[in-house]
Amino acid sequence: MSLWEYANPKKFSETAARLLPVVAPLAGLCLAIGLIWGFFFTPDDYKQGSTVKIIFLHVPAAMMAINAWIMMLVASLVWIVRRHHVSALAAKAAAPIGMVFTLIALATGAFWGQPMWGTWWEWDPRLTSFLILLLFYLGYIALWQAVESPDTAADLTGVLCIVGSVFAVLSRYAVKFWNQGLHQDSTIMKVGEKDPLDPAYYWPLIVCLIGVVALFVALVLLRTVTEIRLRRLAAIEAREKFE
Amino acid sequence: MIALLIRDLRLALRAGGGFGLGLAFFLLLAVLIPLGVGPEGGTLAKIAPGVLWVGALLACLLSLDRIFALDFEDGSLDLLATAPIPLEGVVAVKALAHWLVTGLPLTLAAPLLGVLLHLPGQGYGWLLASLALGTPALSSIGAFGAALVVGVKRGGLLLSLLVLPLYVPTLIFGAEVVKRGAAGMETGVPLAMLAAITLGAMAALPFASALALRINLR
Repeated sequence: MSLWEYANPKKFSETAARLLPVVAPLAGLCLAIGLIWGFFFTPDDYKQGSTVKIIFLHVPAAMMAINAWIMMLVASLVWIVRRHHVSALAAKAAAPIGMVFTLIALATGAFWGQPMWGTWWEWDPRLTSFLILLLFYLGYIALWQAVESPDTAADLTGVLCIVGSVFAVLSRYAVKFWNQGLHQDSTIMKVGEKDPLDPAYYWPLIVCLIGVVALFVALVLLRTVTEIRLRRLAAIEAREKFE
Repeated sequence: MIALLIRDLRLALRAGGGFGLGLAFFLLLAVLIPLGVGPEGGTLAKIAPGVLWVGALLACLLSLDRIFALDFEDGSLDLLATAPIPLEGVVAVKALAHWLVTGLPLTLAAPLLGVLLHLPGQGYGWLLASLALGTPALSSIGAFGAALVVGVKRGGLLLSLLVLPLYVPTLIFGAEVVKRGAAGMETGVPLAMLAAITLGAMAALPFASALALRINLR
């Protein structure tokens, strides 16, 4: 039994079919509990009022926006090194999801920033990095769309993902250099420090984080299986043309 | 490799069009910005470093698709791929040729356009230095983008979508050098970062570009 067995499309689809009924309800449950708890049963902040509650959507979305790209990077590396088609399809499936999470993080940030910072948008390093990340997602998705042969597209997007990752990290440090920040540092899960976040906010946030991770896993599984089926359909059609 | 460089330069100069256009575009941009922003010297001087760098970057972008597209269409890229010199070397030479016919003229023309934009006197040296250091990175990164989309019909727009995010660090450090130089501040750090990006891009990206070309030529 090794991890690479799941590179077999059939095995992957079967496992996905078994996992989905577990992960998808988990995502729904966690998000429902976490968001309702967070929105209606936590106290208002003494400075930020009720706007603080956008944290329950903003932080998980921002986390997944970055993690989705890292997952695409790993999947692309696996595809380029070991030539497992499922891996390439999983990277393709994850890209639009990551892009939507990036958009959610940017939008919720803007809604919070308007009353708190007095502006919808500020050229702050974190905000700018996310905008650049959005552009990277757009380019990646556009390249998948533009190249006709599926294997060529998988190879090219894989190379783009790897090179893009290097430049995304570079851009992150470049914009830090370029402008001082307005955005606060991350407040939770710092090594060796006590969390400054009040427990009343901490636990609903953790539930939301789990919910968003489960949502991402469920969506990627579902979309990857769809891609596998589309690939099979194309193969069947191509075969029928010959007969 | 030298023969290839000379061939590329000759093609670029005699076929005309594409490469001279970049320079004309740069000039037009430097004329249009003051028309849009207004003629106040103070405002123009303030935005001049950024405008010149963005202009150089866009002008560079215009001719990127010609790096490989023409050779891909007439099949000479296949010949180059099977030639005894490594494809990585071919890519590096083509990026160099692209820099010689776009990056270098843009660098030399930039101070003239700086006059149009009221760039402060101390800024000119830094403008030349930063463009001379930074534009090779633009050509290298651009060659990578061009290698990715060489098989795509009408890949021009896609090319800019792919390449512009990759240009972000170069642009930030390049414009920062000029901004600080024009204000009479210390420029060592951004200049060193710019040089690092250029050297890194020139050393590493030909491998990625050659990989992308091989995939496209399969």
